Amino acid sequence: MAVKTAVKDAPLNKQSKSKYTWHMMKINKACYAMLAPFMILFTIFTVIPVIITLPLAFTNFNMAQFPEFTGLSNFYTLFLNDDTFMLAVQNTLVFAVFTGPFSYVLSFILAWLINEMHPVLKTFFTFVFYAPSMTTSAYVIWQLLLSGDSKGYINAILISLGILNSPQQWLTDTKYILIVCIIVQLWISMGAGFLSLRAGFQNIDKSMYEAGAIEGIKNRWQELFLITIPSMGPQLLFAAVLQISASFTVGVVSQNLVGLPSTDYAAHTVMNHATDYGWIRYEMGYASAICLILFVVMLLVNKLINWILRRYVD
Amino acid sequence: MGKKKKRYIEDIKVRKSNKKITGSRWGTALIFIFLCVTGVFMIFPIYYAVVQSFKPIEELFVFPPKLYVLHPTGKNYSDMIKVATSLWVPLSRYIFNSVFVSIVVTVTNVFVCCCAAFVLSKCKFPGNAFFNKLIVTALLFTSSATWIIQFLVMATMGIIDTYWALILPSIATPMGLFLMRQSMSTIHDSMIEAAKVDGAGLFRICWQVVVPNQKPAIMTLIIFAFQDAWNKQSGTIIYSEELKTLPTIMQQIAATGIARQGVTFATSVILMLPPLIVFLIAQSNVMETMANSGIKD
Repeated sequence: MAVKTAVKDAPLNKQSKSKYTWHMMKINKACYAMLAPFMILFTIFTVIPVIITLPLAFTNFNMAQFPEFTGLSNFYTLFLNDDTFMLAVQNTLVFAVFTGPFSYVLSFILAWLINEMHPVLKTFFTFVFYAPSMTTSAYVIWQLLLSGDSKGYINAILISLGILNSPQQWLTDTKYILIVCIIVQLWISMGAGFLSLRAGFQNIDKSMYEAGAIEGIKNRWQELFLITIPSMGPQLLFAAVLQISASFTVGVVSQNLVGLPSTDYAAHTVMNHATDYGWIRYEMGYASAICLILFVVMLLVNKLINWILRRYVD
Repeated sequence: MGKKKKRYIEDIKVRKSNKKITGSRWGTALIFIFLCVTGVFMIFPIYYAVVQSFKPIEELFVFPPKLYVLHPTGKNYSDMIKVATSLWVPLSRYIFNSVFVSIVVTVTNVFVCCCAAFVLSKCKFPGNAFFNKLIVTALLFTSSATWIIQFLVMATMGIIDTYWALILPSIATPMGLFLMRQSMSTIHDSMIEAAKVDGAGLFRICWQVVVPNQKPAIMTLIIFAFQDAWNKQSGTIIYSEELKTLPTIMQQIAATGIARQGVTFATSVILMLPPLIVFLIAQSNVMETMANSGIKD
């Protein structure tokens, strides 16, 4: 396994464990050198922002003055006095179900079906399904498609088909806001996870299938469950983790689509709430408390998924 | 001669023809139809944007809207350029900023991720397990989760309103590293052992033995990195007009009252194009690599 076989010149038994570790570290310093560029940038821009939410969550911090310690007051306000937060939690959970498990299974099925196609069609369909997630300006299109007057495409079609009598306010009517946001979110959800699954299907050794055919695998189903899924553990886990992250931090799309705040907070998510306090009201302490809660929930769900998918990942 | 050789030749034919070994023709047809129907839903808004962007003003507001253009016109695009050139900073500057930032981010991201992924997947050293765990956990904390607090860090570093603010946070992506690591861990150790016996150093093994075998993963990384960088909204971290990138400015154009529906569609088409093109290029490379690896085995 080890690239540097350091075992033979390691002073076993005689020295303490810490000295042995230090010895191994010195031998493998090339490893650390190669790891360093990534780790330094990663620490600055991901680790520190995540860790700093912990102390900041217990302060009142307006970005101008030094943070003032306020104990648990941020959390009291969040859970006892902030009705909007409770609504946001509720909305986020609804979003999470659709853009989480639902879209995960969907992207797996689509990746599998596409893999059954002729190579040229594979390229074509992969492109078609992945294209929406590459288009951040997409919300502009949806805004115009769903525009509330009869010029909006969806309204125009439904009216000319006789399904609707008058144009519907898709983006401001509280009846529709959440469902519209979920549809758009699903539309852009065939992203990195989907692509990773596609690559996973492709990376499977072709001779495995040949061997399978000789061994008596008769149809696609057997092929899928006996060969494909067991050899796709890493990709399955990757897609799952991305899906968790995407479904709990959902908010940017709805923010662009229906505004911040949306009518009656109908599509208000936890992330929107944090943005509202962090960026608009400059209450960084309160925003940190929201982020902290979000991070903790994400970590817990992640633990659960890891536990479920562990048998496929060695 | 006879049976055995015939079967052997047939076998070769099957391998060469790229045909599926398992699965019926009817099943394939059904899957094809299903993919077409769902595909239409996926591609429709993008198609609609392209069509609308070529419509002259009188066709844009026809009721009910048509799915095709009768008299295609480039007026929306020329209007867009007119709006863009009347800006304080020339449009070419925004294009340069976007292209420059995207390329720098993509190249450094792939380089940094390949180095780190190789070490994490193929070397044994104290702390390896910890780093691997850290990366897997970090996958959760994408930029969309941390960006509110990230601003504080950048402000403390004093890199707000510089190119650094656009480039540095996008380089070390846990997602890129994780994907590369997963892909590299499927490589046989024997290949690395062989290179080691030949006297290659760690860096050379990584770039001359391992990375050339990772074309699909690298292509995927390029797609992610470029897409991320290209679509990055710089509005909150860049104030200077001459440092802003295309997406920010394009959205400003689309949001102004001067620009109407046609221009908005034209703008979104222009914004969509580069990531789609990069993906198309990279995608064909992935397919090519696939065909090669099929013959080798």
